[in-house]
Amino acid sequence: MKNNFSSVNPAAIPDVQQHSSYEAGSGIRRAWRVFPFLVAGVVLVPVCVVFASFLSPDDEIWQHLISTTLPNLLTNTLWLSLGVIAGTSLLGVSLAWFTSVYRFPGYRFFSWALFLPLAIPAYVIAFVALGMFDYTGPVQTSLRHWFNSDLLWFPDIRSGPGVAIIMTLAFYPYVYLLSRDAFLTQGKRLLEVAQSLGFTRRQGFFRVVLPMARPWIVAGIMLALMETLADFGTVSIFNYDTFTTAIYKTWFGMFSLSTASQLASLLILIVLVIIVTEQRFRLRMRFSENRKSARVERIPLTGWQAMAVTSFAGTVLFFAFVLPVVQLSIWAMDALTIGLDQRYLEFAWHSVLLSVLAALITCLVAAMLAYAARLHSDGYTRFAIRLSTVGYALPGAVLAVGIFIPMAWLDNLLSDWIEVISGVETGLLIQGTLTVMLVAYMTRFLAVSYFPLESALQRVTRSIDEAAAGFGITGWSMLRTIYFPMLKRSLFTAATLVFVDVMKEMPITLMTRPFDWDTLAVRIFSLTSEGQWEQAALPALTLILAGLIPIILLVRHSET
Amino acid sequence: MSRSFIFSGHFGRWCTSFLLIGFLFAAPISSQAEEIVVYSSRIEQLIKPLFDAFTKETGITVKFTTDKEGALLTRLLAEGKRTPADVLITVDAGNLWEAARNRLLKPVTSPVLEANIPENLRDPQGQWFGLTVRARTIVYNTQKVKPEELSTYADLADPKWKHRLCLRTSKKVYNQSLVAMMIAELGEAETERIVKGWVNNLATDPIADDSLALEFVAAGRCDVTLVNTYYYGRLMRENPTLPLAIFWPNQATTGVHVNVSGASVTRYSKHETAAVRLLEFLSSEQAQKLFVELNMEYPANPQVKYGEPLSNWGSFKGDPRSIVKAGELQSDAVRLMDRAGYR
Repeated sequence: MKNNFSSVNPAAIPDVQQHSSYEAGSGIRRAWRVFPFLVAGVVLVPVCVVFASFLSPDDEIWQHLISTTLPNLLTNTLWLSLGVIAGTSLLGVSLAWFTSVYRFPGYRFFSWALFLPLAIPAYVIAFVALGMFDYTGPVQTSLRHWFNSDLLWFPDIRSGPGVAIIMTLAFYPYVYLLSRDAFLTQGKRLLEVAQSLGFTRRQGFFRVVLPMARPWIVAGIMLALMETLADFGTVSIFNYDTFTTAIYKTWFGMFSLSTASQLASLLILIVLVIIVTEQRFRLRMRFSENRKSARVERIPLTGWQAMAVTSFAGTVLFFAFVLPVVQLSIWAMDALTIGLDQRYLEFAWHSVLLSVLAALITCLVAAMLAYAARLHSDGYTRFAIRLSTVGYALPGAVLAVGIFIPMAWLDNLLSDWIEVISGVETGLLIQGTLTVMLVAYMTRFLAVSYFPLESALQRVTRSIDEAAAGFGITGWSMLRTIYFPMLKRSLFTAATLVFVDVMKEMPITLMTRPFDWDTLAVRIFSLTSEGQWEQAALPALTLILAGLIPIILLVRHSET
Repeated sequence: MSRSFIFSGHFGRWCTSFLLIGFLFAAPISSQAEEIVVYSSRIEQLIKPLFDAFTKETGITVKFTTDKEGALLTRLLAEGKRTPADVLITVDAGNLWEAARNRLLKPVTSPVLEANIPENLRDPQGQWFGLTVRARTIVYNTQKVKPEELSTYADLADPKWKHRLCLRTSKKVYNQSLVAMMIAELGEAETERIVKGWVNNLATDPIADDSLALEFVAAGRCDVTLVNTYYYGRLMRENPTLPLAIFWPNQATTGVHVNVSGASVTRYSKHETAAVRLLEFLSSEQAQKLFVELNMEYPANPQVKYGEPLSNWGSFKGDPRSIVKAGELQSDAVRLMDRAGYR
C-alpha cells in the first residue's frame, strides 16, 4: 500500500520542471517564478501600511494597555481561539466523517444541509442566540415563569464559552467542507485498507484516515481561526474583550490609529508564526493520492448509534441554521413594510455581482499561486505565498484602511501627473471604482481560496506531472488537461467560500464602495448600527438566501 | 466547462472585460456646481429624508456615503486636497473634535448657524455645529425604584445600588463622553472613584447596547441604567406597558449629560457656499423637526418646539458646558474606565 500514500522528503522528488522547461520556454518559467512575489507585493502593501504604524509609536498608550487591559484580553483571545479550534475540529471532522462514510437516517439530507450555516454571518447567529438565551430572551423568561425563581444560576451566554460556542457554530462549516472533501475522495477506501491491515475501524480512523486528511482539516481550522482572530461583530454583540476589540477601542476611543495598527500587526505576526509552524510540520510529510475514488458502499449504522448520529447532526443544524433563519423570518415579516423598497433588488444585485467577480478573480490568482508554488518550491516562494494569505486574519476595518491609504496616495499621484501634463484637474479617478473593491477583496480573501486549492494540489502526484511531461503535455495545456479536471471540485469549493465571504463582508465594502452603490451587507450595517436588528432581518435573510445558491450548486457538484 | 477555462487562451479577453466592468463604475470626473458630497456616520435612514428636503428647497443635490467615523476620518486624511467630500456628519462631538484636531474641517462664519445653534453645542472656531442633542439619562424600573431614590450620575456609585445597576459597555462613545464631562467637572481621581463604584454595583456584565440595557431593567435583572433617551422612546413606542420611566439626573448641578450629532464643512470642500447652505438648512426649524420625527432626538435649535412623545418625558436642564471638552478628554476617559475595570 506504500505506493498510495508515501511519506517522502520533498528534496528526494525528482525535479519535474526540468522536463517541462523544454517546451514551455524559460520566459514562462521565469514568469511563474516571479508571480508569487508579485501577488505577495500587492497583498503586502496594506499589510505594510499597518506595520508602518511602528514609525509613530505612542509609548504612553502602550504602557496604559499593558498595565490595564492587555493581559486580560490576550488570555481571552487565547482561550477563545483554543475553544474555536477544538469546537470546529470536533464538529467539522466528525460530521464530515459521518456524512461521507456512514448510512444513518437522513444522511443524504445532512450531507448538504450541514453546509448551509456557511451563508449566515457569525454576527447574525450571535444576535439571534443572544435574543433567545439571554436574561430577557424567551427561554430564560419562560423558565423563570415555570420555576418562579430568579434563575441566576442559568449560565450567562455573554461569556467566553458562549462566544466560543457561537463562533464554533458559525465557523465549523469551513472544517466540515474541507474534511469532507478529503474523506469523500479517500476516506472509505483508506479505512478498508487499514482494516485489511488488521486495524479496527476506530484505529483505522485515528491512525490512517485522520493523518491522511490532515492538510484539509488543518486548512479548515486555519480559516476558522483566522476568522475568529479577525472577528469584531460577534465579540462586540457579546461585549467580550479580545485583541480585536482593543484595536477598535484604541482607534475609535483613544483616536490612535497608529496604536491600533500596531496591535493589528501583532495579530499578523501571531498568525504568521502559526502558519509557518504548521508548514514546518507538514513539510515532513508528502501527501499523494491520485486515484479517483470508486463508488463505495456506506457502512450502515443501526440502533442507538444511528439515533445518536442523526440527533447530533440535527442539533448542530438546528442551532447553526434553522433557529437563526426562523427568527430572522419572523422579524422580517414584522418589518416587511418598512424594509422593502424598489432599491432592494439593486442591493441584492450589487452583492451578487461583487461576490461573483471577487470569487473569480481570487480563485484565479489562488490557482496560479498554487501552481507557481508547485513549480518552484523553494523557501522564498513559499514564504511569499504565506505572506499573501495573512490578510484574512486582520480585522476588516484595519485592512480596509491599509488598502485605502495607498490607493488614495496612488490616486493623488495619478491626478498630479495628469495635471502636470495636461493642465486639467481631474479629481480622484481610481477610488470608487469596482477595480479597487475587487483588489481589496482579493487581498482579504486570498487565504480562503488558496488553502483548499493548495490541499487539493497535493493530490496531484509528481508522477502525473512526469508522465504528462513525458507525453509532451506542458504549460497551459497541462494545466487544462491534467490539473483542471482534478482540481475542479476544489476550485468550486474555493469560489463558493469567497463568494459567501464577500457577501458578508462589511468594512471594506463600506470604505471602498462607489457613491449610491449599496449592498445587502451595507444595508445590514446601517440598520444594526442603531440597534435596529429586527429591521435588518430582511436584508440579512436575503443575504443568506443569495449565499445559499452557490452552496447548493457546490453540494450538487460534490455529491455527483 | 474546461474549454472556457481562463487558462485556455481567453485570458486576454477576460482581463479586458474585468477592466471594462471596473471602469463602468468609475466615479464621474467632474461634479456640477449644484451638487455636494457628504460623508456621514449618521446612517442613511436618519439622514436621507433631510437631504431630500434640502434638495427640494434649494435644488442642490446631495451625494453621500455612510461609514463609521474612524473610517471616514481616515478617508478624508488620505484623500487630502482632492477629497470629493464637502460636508462631514458624525453622531458625536468626540469625532468632530478629532476631525478638527487633524485640520480636516473649515471654519465657517454664518449668522444663521450662530443664531440657531447654542454656543455650547458648537466649535468656538465654527469648525463644527451640533444639529441634534442626545441626552444620556437614567431610566429606572418603576416597580422597584422610587424616583426620590435617584439624584445624580455619581450617586449610582453608592453601595445602595449594589447589584441593581446595568451599564452599556465603556466602548461606546456615549459613555466615554459622559465620563469625559465628569472628569472636567470632578477631576480624574473623584471620577475614577465613581466609575469604580458603578462597576461594583453592576448586576451583570456591561451590555452591548442601550436597547438591551433597557430590556434588562424592564425584565428586572437590574433596577437602573444609563441610556440615550431616543432608545427609551423607541422601546416604549413598541411596548408602551413596560415598567420603565425616565429620571433627569444632576438637575441641581451640571445638568443632564448631552452629546450632539453634528456637521461641518470639510477643509478642502470645493462647494463651500452650498455646503454652508446645507448646514444652515439642517439647523432650520423644518429640518430640526424632521430630526426629532426621525429618531426622537432633541433639536439643537432651542427655538424649535417638540411635541409627543418627547414632551411627555418632561423638560430638563441640559449640561450647559461646551461639549468640546468631551472630545478633548475622551481619550482620558477611556483610560480611566480601563483602570476602573469598566469593560
